[in-house]
Amino acid sequence: MAEQSTRPRSFQEILLRLQTYWAGQGCAVLQPYDMEVGAGTFHPATTLRSLGPVAWSAAYVQPSRRPTDGRYGENPNRLQHYYQYQVLIKPSPPDLQSLYLGSLPAIGIDMDLHDIRFVEDDWESPTLGAWGLGWEVWCDGMEVSQFTYFQQVGGHDCHPVSGELTYGLERLAMYVLGVDHVMDMPYNDPAAPIPLRYGDVFRQTEQEYSRWNFDVADTAMLFDHFEEAEAECRAILAAPETDPKTGKRIVMAHPAYDQCIKASHIFNLLDARGVISVTERQAYIGRVRALAKACADAFVKTEAGGWAA
Amino acid sequence: MPDLLIELFSEEIPARMQVRAAADLRARMTDALVEAGLTYAGAAAFSTPRRLALTVQGLLAESPTTHEERKGPRTDAPEKAIEGFLRGAGVAREDLEVRSEKKGDVYYARITRPGRPAEAIIAEALEDVIRYFPWPKSMRWGAGSLRWVRPLHSILCILTDDAGEARVVPLEIDGISAGDETEGHRFMAPGRVRVTSFDHYRATLAKRHVILDAEERADMIWQDATNQAFGSGLELVEDRGLLAEVAGLVEWPVVLMGGIEAEFLDLPPEVLQTSMKEHQKFFSVRNPKTGRIEKFVTVANRETADGGATILAGNQKVLSARLSDAKFFWENDLRIAETGGQAWLDALADVTFHNKLGSQAERIERIAALAREIAPKVGTDPDLAEQAARWAKADLSSEMVYEFPELQGLMGRYYAEAAGMPAEVAAAAQEHYSPLGPSDTVPSAPVSVAVALADKLDLLTGFWAIDEKPTGSKDPFALRRAALGVIRLVVENDLRAPMAYALPFGFEAHGLAMSIFDPRLFFKSYDGLKIVAALDFMPVDKETCDQLTAHGVDHKDLRGAHLSYANLLVFFHDRLKVYLKDQAIRHDVIDACIAMDGNDDLALLVKRATALSDFLKTDDGENLLQGFKRANNLLTQAEEKDGVEYSYGADVKFAETDEERALFAALDAQEPVIRAALEAEDFAAAMSGMAALRAPIDAFFEAVQINTDAQVVRRNRLNLLSRIRRICLEAADLTRVEG
Repeated sequence: MAEQSTRPRSFQEILLRLQTYWAGQGCAVLQPYDMEVGAGTFHPATTLRSLGPVAWSAAYVQPSRRPTDGRYGENPNRLQHYYQYQVLIKPSPPDLQSLYLGSLPAIGIDMDLHDIRFVEDDWESPTLGAWGLGWEVWCDGMEVSQFTYFQQVGGHDCHPVSGELTYGLERLAMYVLGVDHVMDMPYNDPAAPIPLRYGDVFRQTEQEYSRWNFDVADTAMLFDHFEEAEAECRAILAAPETDPKTGKRIVMAHPAYDQCIKASHIFNLLDARGVISVTERQAYIGRVRALAKACADAFVKTEAGGWAA
Repeated sequence: MPDLLIELFSEEIPARMQVRAAADLRARMTDALVEAGLTYAGAAAFSTPRRLALTVQGLLAESPTTHEERKGPRTDAPEKAIEGFLRGAGVAREDLEVRSEKKGDVYYARITRPGRPAEAIIAEALEDVIRYFPWPKSMRWGAGSLRWVRPLHSILCILTDDAGEARVVPLEIDGISAGDETEGHRFMAPGRVRVTSFDHYRATLAKRHVILDAEERADMIWQDATNQAFGSGLELVEDRGLLAEVAGLVEWPVVLMGGIEAEFLDLPPEVLQTSMKEHQKFFSVRNPKTGRIEKFVTVANRETADGGATILAGNQKVLSARLSDAKFFWENDLRIAETGGQAWLDALADVTFHNKLGSQAERIERIAALAREIAPKVGTDPDLAEQAARWAKADLSSEMVYEFPELQGLMGRYYAEAAGMPAEVAAAAQEHYSPLGPSDTVPSAPVSVAVALADKLDLLTGFWAIDEKPTGSKDPFALRRAALGVIRLVVENDLRAPMAYALPFGFEAHGLAMSIFDPRLFFKSYDGLKIVAALDFMPVDKETCDQLTAHGVDHKDLRGAHLSYANLLVFFHDRLKVYLKDQAIRHDVIDACIAMDGNDDLALLVKRATALSDFLKTDDGENLLQGFKRANNLLTQAEEKDGVEYSYGADVKFAETDEERALFAALDAQEPVIRAALEAEDFAAAMSGMAALRAPIDAFFEAVQINTDAQVVRRNRLNLLSRIRRICLEAADLTRVEG
């Protein structure tokens, strides 16, 4: 059925092919967001742009950090820093499943030999006040992507609904390249003058961050940072809509949302340090969610959020 | 008569929802058709991951024309009334018929409702069914407003007449027009294809690699998987739930069997099974000789040119990664278990059980104390029960249970064994969660029973203490299940421990008012309860206050505690009614027994209710009940009228008839028998003693007039009746039995 392509030879080739494929489908290829986030969903290109009526279509790779998943570079599958490939199209097109399936042969999966399945998996992000229905996509029993129709984000019903696709790049690439340990995966072309493996690029940083995340990060300072980010987010949103200097209506949804992302990541770090009890955990998640909701409320009052003066 | 075929084709429907959805489609659609006058000969519904289908055979081509005759006002009624009648009936005045009746001339209207073609009815019904379909969770997509479980792509809706001609039922919902096309397997036979009837549809799908019937898919999977396992001298581990789920994940099942790498074979079989099932929906394949899980079966959704080799290799790879994790957890856990597991118990101090009920560690303290108290009642050593209680929740800290919560208890058993703990402690770790429902096995090993009771009683008294009781359908902490668990543990092990004994310890452990005194002093003999019970009904007098003060109790605290206790006991009785109803014991029979003293002794209560229920099913029982009711009514009336209580002094010397004398004799003979039997809690014997009273009572009522003018004779007869009443009431409160 779908056109067959040659097998990719490196991690970066898979990433580049995804970029090319989704660019070919008309997505705006964006760059990673320049802040620490736990998943590609946190990029404002997804969280904020899925709100309101304005059509949107974007694809990007997003470095993601999950401090608790650090394994000092030793676990074959787990990393505290990894990449997600994210696609968000609003409104979700009727052929989104086919578009997604088209990306698999593009990265070298022979659709005639593999067993691709859509298995129920509803998505919920308590920190973003968001949920959606969809599937995890299985290739031969392995989860290769997450496929979600957003129903609510930041406490707002999504009208129209965005379709979101998330590929866990390392896992997918390891499968396509036939590699058992992530650190052994070719990062660039193995025939390049200076061939680099994933481990050559990231083993050392995995060690460094694992140590810092688990044992060194200054928790008192982090608690302070959390409070500061929360306060700044609130302060930004409390500013009057009309800028006294320019006299223009400028709702600062994005700067406020940056602070929300910051608070969320600091919470993840504190969690990895083991200083947040089970009860407190819920309370912190609730505080981040409150920020996300406030930012969503602000975004729908901006032009990109569909605000008409 | 035409046949109807409907297919609702969508993106992948969650496996767990498919079967129910097919049934809902059939029920809702056929109900709506019949409601509109379209009867049919038969209907069947089907589901695959991407479609719900319904066939209705022998449908009427149009609904029948119906006639109704409606009686109106009299011809001389006010004009307004006649006009109103015309409007309501939708007829003109010249169509009315006049009939002469007794009260005068009356208008009659004949209303005719013409039949409608099936197409129109189907289109309306289907739109309604789709818009209001009872999915457990539904969603919107794109820019539309329609809700479905996942995006709905197409609607097939055709009527096939007797000549085999099919026509589309015109219908459009949110931009989706009904047609006569379906789609085959997503990968093996993509593209749309036209169908003309249900048989053609089913055959077309089969040709295009879709098995329409989920049961057929499940049978294929089961057959093929058992055959492949048998071929290797192994057996498939039966798992009906998994089979149904997997049948909902594929349209074209292809069974593939693979081996588990040797390094994982020593994991506990339950761990292998759970990991494979939860993460990958694999079946386990067991060696019948050793009981070990050696292979797995996965079900692919397609055939491939390499005979599934790539698919199997991929699945095997994922399995290895998963089992590496499981093995890692198991080995880490064993290291901790072998040192006695103290690290796990310490960690539970940081785990909140409930923000008002403290940490898991605190809960374990309470369970341990309660288990000690219960131990002698179930005939086991308090030290052993306490040790078991302290270990019972340790595995909640283990990595394996963190990963697979459903293995809680079982892992506790394995780890207790690894730590060299007594076998009773290991067994209790696994069994103390039981029974988990009405059909789950009830533990019988004394240590397990003690810990199981302590666990549940702590849960119940704790949530009662903080006033988080189940309401309506809300029971987030499964307290009903816990209460049923206590009932089944007590009744099925025939434990004679009144709740009045155990519950206060639970409440005490929760730091309720009761903890300010020693409940052992207060509740052991029931005296305490009686004092507290009195507080509900009367203002506290000085004497009661003094008694309480002597125990160092502020009566206000005590009252609150007692209300919690009484309320929880009522909850137990309600659960007991449900439990006994399942055993065909009527609610009024249970009420009659709950009204007796000692109603917090659940095993006693059940014995009494069972005997009474059996007795009332006999002829003697039914008649004795009638005799009792008659005696009780007569007595009550006489007592109200005379303002006295007839309770004493019936004497045979005032008896005037043989029937009276015979009743005296029967009571003299049976009262001691019944009392002795009741004393011995032999309710069956007590009931047969009562059965012996039936004939004399019947004969007495037949022959004797109670209310005679001779006052001495009347009083004597009433006092005789009161002997019947008293002895019956000692068995159960028969006034509460209906009939």
